[in-house]
Amino acid sequence: MRAFGKYLKEIVTGSWSLLVGMWITLRQIPVRPVTVNYPYESLPMTNRFRGHVELIRNDETGEPNCVVCMACQKACPSNCIRVEGHKPEGAPHRIPTLFMLDFTTCSLCGLCVESCKFNALEFSREYNQASLSKEDYQMDLLQRGGKETH
Amino acid sequence: MPHDLFREIARLVLYVVGLVAFGAFNAAYLSLLERKESAWFQRRRGPVEVGPFGLLQPVADGLKLLGKQLLVPRGADVLLFKLAPVAVITPAIMCLVVIPFSETIGARDFSLGLLMIYSFGAINVLATLLAGWASNNKYSSISAARVVAQNIAYEIPLLLIILALVMVTHTFNLREIVELQSGGFWQWNIFQISASPLMPVAFVIYVICMLAETNRAPFDIVEAESELIAGAFTEYAGMSFGLFFIAEYVNVVVGSCIGIILFLGGWQCPFGLLPGLHWFLVKLYLFCFAVIWVRWTFPRTQFYGLLNLSWKILIPLSLVHLVVTAILVKLF
Amino acid sequence: MTIEGTTIHRETFVINLGPQHPATHGVLRIKLTMDGEYIVDAEPVIGYGHRMHEKMGENRSYTKFLPNTGRIDYACALSNGHAYVCAVERLAGILVPERAEFLRVITTELNRIASHLLWAGAFLVDLGGFTPLLYTFDDREAILDLLESVTGARLTFCYFRFGGVCNDIDEDFIEGTRRFIARMRSRMPMYHSLITHNVIFRGRCEGIGEIPAETCRRYGATGPVLRGSGVSYDVRKAEPYSAYPLFDFDVPVYHGGDCLARYLVRLDEIVESMRIIEQAIARLPEGPVMAEKVPRTLKPAEGQCYFNVESARGNFGVRLVSDGSDTAYRLKLRSPSFSNFSLFRECSRGSLLPDALALLGSLDLVIPEIDR
Repeated sequence: MRAFGKYLKEIVTGSWSLLVGMWITLRQIPVRPVTVNYPYESLPMTNRFRGHVELIRNDETGEPNCVVCMACQKACPSNCIRVEGHKPEGAPHRIPTLFMLDFTTCSLCGLCVESCKFNALEFSREYNQASLSKEDYQMDLLQRGGKETH
Repeated sequence: MPHDLFREIARLVLYVVGLVAFGAFNAAYLSLLERKESAWFQRRRGPVEVGPFGLLQPVADGLKLLGKQLLVPRGADVLLFKLAPVAVITPAIMCLVVIPFSETIGARDFSLGLLMIYSFGAINVLATLLAGWASNNKYSSISAARVVAQNIAYEIPLLLIILALVMVTHTFNLREIVELQSGGFWQWNIFQISASPLMPVAFVIYVICMLAETNRAPFDIVEAESELIAGAFTEYAGMSFGLFFIAEYVNVVVGSCIGIILFLGGWQCPFGLLPGLHWFLVKLYLFCFAVIWVRWTFPRTQFYGLLNLSWKILIPLSLVHLVVTAILVKLF
Repeated sequence: MTIEGTTIHRETFVINLGPQHPATHGVLRIKLTMDGEYIVDAEPVIGYGHRMHEKMGENRSYTKFLPNTGRIDYACALSNGHAYVCAVERLAGILVPERAEFLRVITTELNRIASHLLWAGAFLVDLGGFTPLLYTFDDREAILDLLESVTGARLTFCYFRFGGVCNDIDEDFIEGTRRFIARMRSRMPMYHSLITHNVIFRGRCEGIGEIPAETCRRYGATGPVLRGSGVSYDVRKAEPYSAYPLFDFDVPVYHGGDCLARYLVRLDEIVESMRIIEQAIARLPEGPVMAEKVPRTLKPAEGQCYFNVESARGNFGVRLVSDGSDTAYRLKLRSPSFSNFSLFRECSRGSLLPDALALLGSLDLVIPEIDR
């Protein structure tokens, strides 16, 4: 007899748990969706979001702050940065003539940004980086002017 | 005489086209309803790209399926492999023939309509078994074996419930069953406590059996995506897979139609005012909403749990219901 | 009269739960020998995701290996970084300021909650219920936004440095964390009534995949797998490190040993992590977040060090052998998923296929961590 009572009790508690579960999912219908309809709307990125690195330029002269000390190239674990520069006559420090970032191997670790003592590198906030060709990811940072925000 | 023949042929053609169109249209838009409804439960949006509110999504899906190559895997039994989708969809559409949508709309007013529906339902099992076996794939064979066990286990309480109902209504004719429920909603069979105090329980058992027969979650062991890829339908590509898909939704529609005819009053209005096709359709889509709601809330039952549910819980309850109904019918 | 029985030869067949499968979380291949629906043997084949992290540890300087630590186990990336950074600091004798220790604890516990939420959703998907995944991901989104505002990344963090952390936090982060904890606390009853009390879920998990404590000991399983079998072993209590001795928290232990016990252990751990974070935020000291005088190229003294931390999956250990140069001589990673997974073969014998998959899901494996 006790087994029969237990059997009935299991049916009742089981059915009640199912109804509770169904009520929880039904309650979600009137709630606003949490998703954002991506290509048509997008969310702002936080300040510290890590997009690819960018050269910081001097506000007045527009020239990059980089003095070609090669600290970033040495610090990068994936060897994605290539810097070359020369010191023109009468200039206080070297200026870069080539600053290539191979974004296909970059892991956004931030070691280059931290190793720079001259405030020349920062993260951009770009994330719309889809492309059809690999050459688009060999970024020439000297040509990209300033921080593009999205 | 030729005038009658002409009318008869016209009626036949219109009904055939109409039922196939109804079945296909419902299957297509139920798939959209499923995606949208699952999105609402999960706080996202569902298809919104194709057409306003994603209304042309089934058209896009259909075109995609039509564009794919129909593959036959090596070592498969070619005749059975190609026969299985046809064998799945034909009974589903045939069942629509005897369903009365309102007082005047109904393809065939068959006196044994209820019996016919369940005979055709059994062919569905055979077709899935053919599909699983003919694919020459281990996953499909396992899944086909499971389908047979599942469907046999759930046919029994279903037929017991229907037997008890026929004792109350004294007829197999679906149209007459609905006409007996005219009046307000208190006349609907689900509330006929005087005929049997277990009637609402019988309705719940009917719903569970319908979910298991149509292989909908939480009983979708057949298509258990996390375990056996796509189960019995793994090797099907393109429109043959589309046919299985359509057949599943048409089975859901047929099961829902029978549920509302037997228990919820068919085309009758809840307050006895304006009975008609509109009430039938409202009830049909609410029932389909509930079927989809159940699918997206619960995890899948274990295979032995599923069989235990049928043999140890549903069959005893439906036998009790049968006995109680028989006693009450005899006494009153 | 005696009647002798003979064994009837039953046909078994081999089925491949291949590298591409919805139920194995990553690239894992299991060769199942099945007798009908029952599993006779389950032979795992690993190595599809081997990325040679240990070799990279020998080729790169200590600083350059930091991004790798986030990729070993990407679901709980900060714990791995913590182990590596603490191992190097111990060898090099670097002391970490107190504020940095507190920040490490706060971010690691947030990462642990995110990892458990990810596991809970994925486990339910394995069982066939697709909706709770979306709910847990919704909560996880709040954590990832918080961690993004501090570290800049959402999944593979490179936040810890030798001597501290690289960025400090601000008031917005503290406010956001408090709001997240309040919200998460109010969501836990919903998860319990939707999942834990659900009769179908219980039928799939209760009594399924029982792992006795002795089996765990033999295979070296740790983490929620061990705590679900009744052994109260948590590295944060057994060998305390970082700022954990300062906080008051419990270690949830259940004695069932089945999938339900492991599930409950993880949900309780989410609540305990929230307690730790609240205490840490309330007592956050001021100060620098980075030690002074950390050399640019780190050359620790010769010697070796083994450091283990409690990651979301179990006991994650780093053994570092240094020969005085700026790259390690040997870097060995002890991943908890490898030990947890090794008991699958023994425990799945004789069970049904869906039960074995429920057991596999409840072990909380990240396959790239097995292969390293």
